[in-house]
Amino acid sequence: MLKKVSDYLRGTQVWKSIFRHGPPTTARNRAMVMLANVFLHLHPVRARSSGIRLSFTWCMGGLTFFLFLVEAVTGILLMFYYRPVAASAYTDIMALREDVPLGIMREIHRWGAHLMVITVWLHMFRVFMTGSYKPPREFNWGIGVVLLVLTLLLSFTGYLLPWDQLAIWAVTVGTNMARAHPVIGHEGPLEGILKFEDVDFVTSGNDIRYALLAGRFVGEATLLRFYVLHCIAVPVMAMVLMAVHFWRVRKDGGISGPL
Amino acid sequence: MHLIGSTIFETIDYWANTLTNPTWLFPISIVLLILSLRYAHVWTRPPIAIGIGVFLAALVAYSCMDWPGVDHSQFRESITKADNLPIIIILTLLYITYWISLRKASLNDARIAQGKPPLEASEKSRKVLVWPDLVYTELIAMVVCTAILILWSVAVPAPIEEPANIARTPNPSKAPWYFLGLQELLVYFDPWLAGVVLPGLIMVGLIAIPYVDRNPKGNGYYTLRERKMAIFVFLFGFLILWVLQVFLGTFLRGPGWNFFGVYEYWDHNKIEPLENIDISEIFYVNILGGYEPDSVWVRELPGIALVIIYMTVLPLVIARTVGKKMFRELGAIRFGIVVNLALIMAAVPLKMVARWLFNLKYVVNLDIPEINLNI
Repeated sequence: MLKKVSDYLRGTQVWKSIFRHGPPTTARNRAMVMLANVFLHLHPVRARSSGIRLSFTWCMGGLTFFLFLVEAVTGILLMFYYRPVAASAYTDIMALREDVPLGIMREIHRWGAHLMVITVWLHMFRVFMTGSYKPPREFNWGIGVVLLVLTLLLSFTGYLLPWDQLAIWAVTVGTNMARAHPVIGHEGPLEGILKFEDVDFVTSGNDIRYALLAGRFVGEATLLRFYVLHCIAVPVMAMVLMAVHFWRVRKDGGISGPL
Repeated sequence: MHLIGSTIFETIDYWANTLTNPTWLFPISIVLLILSLRYAHVWTRPPIAIGIGVFLAALVAYSCMDWPGVDHSQFRESITKADNLPIIIILTLLYITYWISLRKASLNDARIAQGKPPLEASEKSRKVLVWPDLVYTELIAMVVCTAILILWSVAVPAPIEEPANIARTPNPSKAPWYFLGLQELLVYFDPWLAGVVLPGLIMVGLIAIPYVDRNPKGNGYYTLRERKMAIFVFLFGFLILWVLQVFLGTFLRGPGWNFFGVYEYWDHNKIEPLENIDISEIFYVNILGGYEPDSVWVRELPGIALVIIYMTVLPLVIARTVGKKMFRELGAIRFGIVVNLALIMAAVPLKMVARWLFNLKYVVNLDIPEINLNI
């Protein structure tokens, strides 16, 4: 009965218009699945059996990408309910907790972000331990390092958004270091070289920390700035670099293996 | 504090609190790292590795409970804090992945010693279809990951504290857990180094790895023997200078960023005397027995000379002595980059040790307003 229905469905014009090949039961059709589907096309048709072993890759790179998608989806849902202004940011978060029955979107977003930091570290650890950064993959390792930093920045910019004590003080501690940036931080070394007679060109009102916070301390303008960085700027950068990263995995010979 | 408590538990607590002090924790961890690499073929055998894992889990369970004469409420509070759960997860996963990678490496090393190719190469020619072999693995991984995430989210509500209040500073105020390594560096270095230069160099150093590691062996398979040095340097940076500092910053740093032993109560009134001195004082006062010169430049001359010697003369000495072979293989430019990056990395533990031994604050302290540079 089920077989009949499935055979019928596979025979319809609608099905055939979507999947341009038969069921993936033969080697030919299994290759076709990978070639015809734009998402699966990230992968090659064939791969070295040692390379795709779970005990070799720990699947950490793939899970990092998956968690990025989870963060994107839950993040968009949270954006519907969250306004990045000091007057309502905290109450919007509280409303998510108090008013939504069984609401776990913020939880999934937050724990997923922590998990993504973990998977990206372990991915780097695995790539190092297998020597997979060696030629011809040197450049892609560098892209990976930048992606690691972007992951931390994504998590860090998101830290501020709940606008509670934890948020502003963690971000205050984290951004306080910028005031000590050499030359362009107002308390940093060599800050005095950008001084003309009595006019100091680097002050607490225009240094690199000010640019980061949009103010002398973490305030309303910082919230908006971090919100835009968190939802638009950093994710877009990460997406572009991920495209390069995945492309180069393929171009550099797929998952690494002994030469 | 007394050496031997009235119960065995008090004695254990005393030693645990003592040995988790950075002055002990770092040397012990470095020795453990070296031993774990040296004897990887022994401890990574499944019964032993699982035994160690069970022991560590039991240790955590022990630490969560109160025992006669001891109160572990501080540890319990730290470990059950919702935002600290990711740290428990990464420490657990790191133990498992460290085990797997060293296990595979020692198996491969044994094969290579017998003249056989590594395990990964023995099935090199075997190519399989990605559908279903890889796609299904990925699907299962995603489903498991989603299940864990949902369970975690249902069980642990995302924390939310009181509304932001710029006028009320919590103590301790900590950076997000993955940046705690940098916050820990602030104990030993000023913010321009700990928060700007060193993080920048970590990135540069990581990106530089493939260009300075010219060893063609160990590409695409687990091995230890073929790239001992590279693995040791990386693990030293990753596990000791990064992950261990995250652990330290989370569980052992309390109010005022003071150190507290693993079971010690976080006393807000704890004051640690700060009697740190600069190298200029050590040189002019302690060694020469005189006074520090008035001129800043003269005063800082010993420190500046030390830094210049460390960054220029030392690499030359290394190139001529222990690093002779490396210098020949890498060439002058690569050698210069790799040795300078390694020396800067080594400077972090060196300064820590100098702090513990001599209360060293600054090597160089150019407190002229326009320069304001200290190391």
